[in-house]
Amino acid sequence: MIAERMRHNLQVSATSTMMKIVPHWSWRLVSRDYPAIMCFMTAPEATPPRALWLRDGGRVLLDLSGEWRRGGTEPVIEGEAGDRLPEAYVTDGLGTFDSTLPAFLLAMIRRMEAAEPPLEGLPPNLHGLMELALAVPEEIEARGEPEESTPIKVLGAASMNVWAGVRSINEFTGQSMLSLGRFMAGRARFRPRDFWMIVEDCGAKALPIVSLISFLIGLILAFVGNVQLANFGASLYVADLVGIAMVREMGVVMTAIIMSGRTGAAFAAHLGSMKANQEIDALRTFGFDPFDFLVLPRMLALVLMMPLLTVYSNIIGILGGMLVGAAVGIPPILYWNETLSIVTLENAFLGVFKSVFFGIVIAMCGCLQGMHAGNSSAAVGLATTRAVVASISAIIVLDSAFAAIFTILDI
Amino acid sequence: MPGSTSHSPAKAKIAVRDLTMAYGSFVVMRDLNFEVAEKDIFVIMGGSGCGKSTLLRHLIGLREPAKGSILFEGEDFTATPAAERGRFIRRMGVMYQSGALWSSLTLAENIAMPLEEHTQLPPGTIRELVSYKLALVGLSGYEEYYPAQISGGMNKRAGIARAMALDPDILFLDEPGAGLDPLSSRRLDDLILRLRDSLGSTIVIVTHELASIFAIANHSIFLDTATRAQGATGNPADLRDHSENPAVRLFLHRGEETEAPAPIRS
Ligand SMILES: Nc1ncnc2c1ncn2[C@@H]1O[C@H](COP(=O)(O)OP(=O)(O)OP(=O)(O)O)[C@@H](O)[C@H]1O
Ligand SMILES: [Mg+2]
Repeated sequence: MIAERMRHNLQVSATSTMMKIVPHWSWRLVSRDYPAIMCFMTAPEATPPRALWLRDGGRVLLDLSGEWRRGGTEPVIEGEAGDRLPEAYVTDGLGTFDSTLPAFLLAMIRRMEAAEPPLEGLPPNLHGLMELALAVPEEIEARGEPEESTPIKVLGAASMNVWAGVRSINEFTGQSMLSLGRFMAGRARFRPRDFWMIVEDCGAKALPIVSLISFLIGLILAFVGNVQLANFGASLYVADLVGIAMVREMGVVMTAIIMSGRTGAAFAAHLGSMKANQEIDALRTFGFDPFDFLVLPRMLALVLMMPLLTVYSNIIGILGGMLVGAAVGIPPILYWNETLSIVTLENAFLGVFKSVFFGIVIAMCGCLQGMHAGNSSAAVGLATTRAVVASISAIIVLDSAFAAIFTILDI
Repeated sequence: MPGSTSHSPAKAKIAVRDLTMAYGSFVVMRDLNFEVAEKDIFVIMGGSGCGKSTLLRHLIGLREPAKGSILFEGEDFTATPAAERGRFIRRMGVMYQSGALWSSLTLAENIAMPLEEHTQLPPGTIRELVSYKLALVGLSGYEEYYPAQISGGMNKRAGIARAMALDPDILFLDEPGAGLDPLSSRRLDDLILRLRDSLGSTIVIVTHELASIFAIANHSIFLDTATRAQGATGNPADLRDHSENPAVRLFLHRGEETEAPAPIRS
């Protein structure tokens, strides 16, 4: 079968005008499996590239000949010159060449570390290329000298970095608080339109994903709970379990995690690219405080929307639980009454209370990383990643702290 | 030579004294000393990456000097606390190397925003001012475009229009000509000369374009990468013909070697 295909290929490629009709895959097949045939077919009369060392009296010459092309055979080097460079070149037999030839010569010259190698005898075009390649640029760009690194230095730099990180977080928090203060005093300036756009983006537009996740979380909680509780014939208490878990923990934490990935990341990416594009500098020069202008509306929008999303998420989660309840034979009315009996206003308030802090954390992590991003697109990506990782970690840590506090306070 | 001799400290709009600029431990330039007189068109020249944009960032107060000071009309700008620098900064217009238009706003909103912030003009007047500024840079009709919808060269020109929004005393332009076709570049030179002549603005420009340098600048500084210090200051045409620093002559002759300069008068 393959042999037949190959014969077919050979026949077709015999006439160059017909080559176009050879399907691509069959070329690949031939070239992979029958390299020798391939070579024969492409360049039947090409002379292989050759570099020959010659001696002419006391001078060392390099005779270059053949076709120097990509995809041709490896250059053949004959003769020896020790570690001397040719004083001149002979190129009478040189056919066409592409970058392989100058690259070969440059590598040879670099190996000898010659400052001004002779280029005599090269054809003008090759001579020109070699001159360009060999031209030593004067120090065009100012560069910092790379410093020698020792373990001590690495350790020192790492701890300095941690210190700088802590300082920048403190500074950022301080600036945000000042900005918040200015807002309270009615002196902070940002565009209301920006604020409402952010509100829309982290409120209404987040509803679908929050609905989906919360519904599924409610569903899962109810399933797991029912399997255990059914053993005691206490299926009805699924409603209690789902209700408490949703309003105290799952609703707010899941919403916060969704918002970290969705909105915190967007904040970091947006501010980071504004920084890379010097837009933040431009705000400063026109006398706009970037904190008032960029960080404040984002923080306010999240602080406003997080509680609403949390309440919404709680309700959807409970509905998810109710669906499972209905499936295992708990009438929805009964389920609902059971939920109301256990979810007190106080319980519900705890989750909403936490959501305000989570909102602040998400906005701060996103904006901090964005404002401190480097000046490149890669740096923007890094800032986004950092923002998400930092805010999810902070949310979990903060939630544990809240759990501890609430336990101590016995609520 | 226009303006090249009258740089007494009293008249200097900007005076830079022993300015050393650094990013951490990496010193970009050390011990810069120069003055920009009122109504100067002052050019900052130098090889790519030598620190021209960095110098500009220092002049507009976005970076603190590692050493030295910058005076505006005799007042020490760098010693002024950041909170009180507003009164200096309000008189400056800046066009950044990347244009740096606010990407979520249209061109018109970009130019209107500083006007809305710092003036009490009625919206109609602001709209008129915006179209006038855009017309000056040849962008009439692009009011409602977003920065992402126009070309790089157009972004630059819109950046210049925004820099001029508040009729600044001092205009800083970072490579305004880069990315412009020869005709727009020429037009830009005309615009800069007009602004100086009709509004009396002082203009500080970072540029590599020799044609434009000789056409408009009356004073300049050359930052030398090799020594990380200032190579020369003076009128660019003078520097080209008479500078004692070979690096400066090389730069101003586009890399053609020239013989040592004729002795300078005085
Ligand atoms: N944020 C930064 N952190 C560290 N080094 C920097 C930073 N920005 C610039 N540099 C370094 O400072 C030097 C001067 O940069 P600058 O942007 O001022 O150059 P430039 O003269 O404006 O160059 P170009 O003509 O290419 O715009 C460069 O060597 C650069 O590596
Ligand atoms: Mg620059």
